[in-house]
Amino acid sequence: MKHQIYLDNAATTQVLPEVVDEVIRCLTKDFGNPSSLHRLGLQSERKMKQARKIVAQLIQVLPEDIIFTSGGTESNNLAILGTARARKRYGNHCITTEIEHPSILNTFRYLEQEGWNVTYLPVDSYGVVSLEDLKKALRKDTVLVSIAHVNNEIGSVQPVKEIGLYLKGNYPETIFHIDAVQSFGRLPIRPLEWGIDLLSISGHKIHAPKGIGALYIKKGTPITSLQWGGGQELGVRSGTENLPGIVGFGRAVQWIKEKISEDENYISGMKIELANEIAREIPEVVFNGPKPSEGAPHILNFSIPGVRGETLLHVLESYGVYVSTGSACSSRSVKTSHVLKAIGVSQQVAEGSIRISLSYLNNHDELSQVPQILRKSVDQVKRFTRR
Amino acid sequence: MERLILVRYGEIYLKGQNRPFFEKMLINNIKKTLEPFGKPKVYKAQGRIYIENLKVEGIVLDRLSKVFGAIGINPAWKTDKDLESIKAMIKMVIKDALEKAAKENLTFKVESRRADKTFPMNSMDLSREMGGFILRNFPGLKVDVHNPDIKVNLEIREHAYAYHENIPGAGGMPVGTNGKTALLLSGGIDSPVAGWMIAKRGVRLTAVHYHSFPYTSDKAKEKVIDLCRLLTEYCGPIRLHVVPFTEIQQELYEKCPDGLLTILMRRFMMRIAERIAKKEGAQALVTGESIGQVASQTLEALASTDDVVTMPVFRPLVGLDKNEIVEISKKINTYETSILPYEDCCTVFVPRHPVTRPKLEKVRQAETLVDVEVLIERALEDVEVYDL
Repeated sequence: MKHQIYLDNAATTQVLPEVVDEVIRCLTKDFGNPSSLHRLGLQSERKMKQARKIVAQLIQVLPEDIIFTSGGTESNNLAILGTARARKRYGNHCITTEIEHPSILNTFRYLEQEGWNVTYLPVDSYGVVSLEDLKKALRKDTVLVSIAHVNNEIGSVQPVKEIGLYLKGNYPETIFHIDAVQSFGRLPIRPLEWGIDLLSISGHKIHAPKGIGALYIKKGTPITSLQWGGGQELGVRSGTENLPGIVGFGRAVQWIKEKISEDENYISGMKIELANEIAREIPEVVFNGPKPSEGAPHILNFSIPGVRGETLLHVLESYGVYVSTGSACSSRSVKTSHVLKAIGVSQQVAEGSIRISLSYLNNHDELSQVPQILRKSVDQVKRFTRR
Repeated sequence: MERLILVRYGEIYLKGQNRPFFEKMLINNIKKTLEPFGKPKVYKAQGRIYIENLKVEGIVLDRLSKVFGAIGINPAWKTDKDLESIKAMIKMVIKDALEKAAKENLTFKVESRRADKTFPMNSMDLSREMGGFILRNFPGLKVDVHNPDIKVNLEIREHAYAYHENIPGAGGMPVGTNGKTALLLSGGIDSPVAGWMIAKRGVRLTAVHYHSFPYTSDKAKEKVIDLCRLLTEYCGPIRLHVVPFTEIQQELYEKCPDGLLTILMRRFMMRIAERIAKKEGAQALVTGESIGQVASQTLEALASTDDVVTMPVFRPLVGLDKNEIVEISKKINTYETSILPYEDCCTVFVPRHPVTRPKLEKVRQAETLVDVEVLIERALEDVEVYDL
């Protein structure tokens, strides 16, 4: 098989061999239920504690404030619905942005059906919200502000620190949630210093298996559980803990931490270089969202006018390069991404959008081949375009 | 007392000396469809098929209702030919009917048939006796001989049989009794319905799909495989041929007049399908075309595609409206898969202004601009085959 160049790390990442080993150990040897009173149970409880500590340390919070969940979607649902249920008596208003992940947007739409008011903040052409817009939208009865740290499609980074500090100074009762699924392990996050109450993270974006994630809940933040059972995870998230996932998650975070301390700018360095090379090789390229030198370290979104993203994706696939598109098209209609629409990208450019997303497993060698492969693929597609 | 299933068949009766052949095929097809559920005894007696040694449950009945050739399926009971055993059986039948009933204040009727004339009671007396027995044992029930909610059928043959449910069968003829055809399967709504309709007449299917990677994704191919699997529940095993079509499309695009692209493409599809059909021992082609549905399905366009093949081309949907086709596809459970959005993502090779009334001479002439034979040979070299 030809060499694969996997550039779709914002979708999911390859599980590390050392994580696989830990998971297998958990499935075969240390399989006890952390709630059991015997030695096997205790062993599992210790492993879980250790994983919780590692996850907490990466964002410098208390281990007991980390609740393990099944992933980003559950964490986001729990954060939003759990807060809305707990704070119903204090207000009826929430604020989010137009470019959130479906697990945020659809949860808020559900709340709207229940009678909540939700403000969707616009973003500028780089995909960033303005603090001024937020200030205008805030009300006495705003119980929750929920904003993604890094957008998954274009990699725009929101000023969560500024927002958090403003909220703590002026609206101390308002809960501040950030969806950190794309930023955890990729950008520094300091919930305690930045006034963040709730924070969602996911394992499979940083080389842990799918089906594991966490919600950081700052001590004292009121949250109502969405599921009932044996009272695990401080009663917030009942259900026998996914120990293999949790242990794998812990191991992955440890690995990420080592990588960051080796070279914090490894991924962003590769991204900027790749962007420059692509721009040199394909002058007509248009970068969507933040400038390549800014934005999240791992995400690059661009369009090549006149080339359909999905066709280009499949041609790249035939050369072993795996990327993602912003728009899914079918014979009848093209579904344009709500994010690209929100930053004012035209339909035509959006149809051609391609997302490349990197991880610590990528290297300069393979990335140096990408611009030529891209050039070749674009030419191949352009030879046959609709007349 | 035992459970069993009776399968009744219709059109096969009309066959003369060939009847045993059709019945045998139907029995074989029933055995095949029941393979995942055990090894039941399936045999023919007195003009119907008996299935014994099988757990009678919903999924089994669902599978049987998809076997072409059967017109009715009765989940039944069987017992000895004495009054006490028959009464015990009738009790079971009524209990079952009451469990499945959606309302209260039900009415019933007993209809008896006595094939075994040595049985001491005639059918009228038997019905009366059992009716009285039911009234005494199930006080909530009333008799209605014209429009009963529960119709108990009681038959005295080599054993006594009874049933109250009649599940409609798929009709048609047993698949395998009428040869084989090659179905051009696109992955849309129409072609699976066309295949189903032809198979209903007892015809085996082999399928041909054209794949234009990278203009259509591998998910589109997966979808066609899924559609074939759904069809196999009716049609039995299907061999799917996936033909790489990108090169042909590109060649036509670069060398031939824009307005004729679709029609030329369809001519290639027909030619390739015919070659595969011949190799597979199929005697005709089947397409999901319907007159006037799109530009490539006008009378002129259809004639122009038939121009390149010698085999008969069957178009069972030719006179149906889209909504009628959709209705059938929902009934046969292919609709939800058909509407998944992967089909021909790229409209690159679709002309903006297709010629709707192509002149055959012009089409033939346009085709001389490419090397038809070489393109077909190359496509046939890389065909992927899936046995489903």
